[in-house]
Amino acid sequence: MEVALSTPAMPRRRVIGAYLEEARSECLRYMRAPGFMLPIMLFPAMFYLLFGVLMAKSNGADAARYLLASYGVFGVMSPGLFGFGVSLALERDGGLLTFKRALPMPPGAYLLGKMLMAMAAAGVVILLLLAMAFSLGHVTLSLAQAAALLLTGVLGVLPFCALGMFVGTLIKGQGAPGMLQLIYLPMSFMSGLWFPLPMLPKFLQQIAPVWPAYHLDRLALASVGMNDEPLAGHLMVLLGVTAGFTLLAARRLRRHG
Amino acid sequence: MDLASRPVARLAGATRRYGQQIALDAVNLVVQRGELLALLGPNGAGKTTAIGLLLGLARADAGTVELFGMDPQRIEARRRIGVMLQSAELPPTLRVGELLRLTASYYPAPRRLEETAAMAGIGDLLRRPYAKLSGGQQRCVQFALALCGRPELLFLDEPTVGMDIEARQKLWAAIRQLIAEGCSVLLTTHYLEEAEALADRVCVMTHGRVIHEGTVDALRARVALRRIRCLSTLPIDTLRAWPEIADVQQENGRLHITAADAEAVVRRLLAADLQLRELEVQRAGLAEAFTELTRDAAETAGTDQREAA
Repeated sequence: MEVALSTPAMPRRRVIGAYLEEARSECLRYMRAPGFMLPIMLFPAMFYLLFGVLMAKSNGADAARYLLASYGVFGVMSPGLFGFGVSLALERDGGLLTFKRALPMPPGAYLLGKMLMAMAAAGVVILLLLAMAFSLGHVTLSLAQAAALLLTGVLGVLPFCALGMFVGTLIKGQGAPGMLQLIYLPMSFMSGLWFPLPMLPKFLQQIAPVWPAYHLDRLALASVGMNDEPLAGHLMVLLGVTAGFTLLAARRLRRHG
Repeated sequence: MDLASRPVARLAGATRRYGQQIALDAVNLVVQRGELLALLGPNGAGKTTAIGLLLGLARADAGTVELFGMDPQRIEARRRIGVMLQSAELPPTLRVGELLRLTASYYPAPRRLEETAAMAGIGDLLRRPYAKLSGGQQRCVQFALALCGRPELLFLDEPTVGMDIEARQKLWAAIRQLIAEGCSVLLTTHYLEEAEALADRVCVMTHGRVIHEGTVDALRARVALRRIRCLSTLPIDTLRAWPEIADVQQENGRLHITAADAEAVVRRLLAADLQLRELEVQRAGLAEAFTELTRDAAETAGTDQREAA
């Protein structure tokens, strides 16, 4: 059936404008409410300070770099899982997402805004860790290595955004943080982010490649020069995880909201 | 088909189930250009489900759902609507002006910010964070978000809940202004006076079905009840036994009687109680008509079930 009276077409400039407005609003609202994002960023930083810097003083330069990379991965998982997943779960509960779905918001603008927010937060976490590593941990790192770690963190947050988003579509409201903790902490441990994998039981070492955090850790270690193996496989796994969970979540959002 | 007479929104035989429960049962509903259609009905009648289908929030299990002749999930259709939902927690830290700017950015040719604010009566709130507003003010902001995109069709789900009388009157005036500009409105409400004040047509729903559709006058006429009030010493149980009386209540010593043939009841009342005072007879409002209609429907449904069993 044809449209009765012609719809004013939406110029491309206005569509892009809508994406920008959405991203801007998303950043603004969380910058004004630091109570939500600050703990998400400070929690892994505190962990690194306690276990990666204070407890591991005497293990040598390589160990310090190893810990920086691993705790960096632990750090970027947090804004991905919690920044994305918890806020989505809460906003589904409060009806904001339903409202946005009823409005002619360009598809994906809402998720894109959240993604940018998580990437920015991941960047801040890595910078915090780098600052502590240089000032307190006596880590020696070239500028290129530091930049590579930052890039790994900013992009490496994406698979965890996807996972957080999927959990956010399964569980509404206050139940989401608990569920995400149940994923976050065990996965970090079993991927060798707290203690190096060789120190873990044999069985955990064998199943480590199941966890996306393990693959991101291999990339992070490579960025600080601690891993020479080929990286394409790890990249593919992370891409697959991102695409898979995004598709699952998008399907659930379209169907159930 | 004549273009001007084509409906802006249409449900045809629309059915929606949640598990075993039928929320909407083969509902037909049409909103014409420039009219205000009020959806009335008790909680759980299917009003919000019907709106959800028209907004593309859910898919119908059977039947047709059209918004401007298109699938509501198409963004082109939704660019022509404005939405005010029953409950939506907007980002608390954003300022009112920022919320308006964001929502307006979704539309091809939105109103200017000042124009929207003036129409919704929130010109003095633009710099305030959303969380700092009162419940009524938040509803006004949500109304502003609904009209900022210059919509051709406005969905208002219980718009005046939580508003004081003055704010409600202002909102009604704004709705009338929008209709005068040619905008169509689909309104759900619990306040029957709201439907009486605004609606061209009303559509009464219960148990997922439309049980009445027509003008406000037609709805009232369909249930030709009148309300009699008086102070009397007659015991209420005596009155209950009178066949002319549909319903009788007592509040602070005052009798509230509803009856179809008011004249007969009044004659009998005056004959039975010579001390009767403060007699008033009124045409029943939409409230009584509505209660009567939904009760009829419930009784019919009950009979159906008994017959089926």
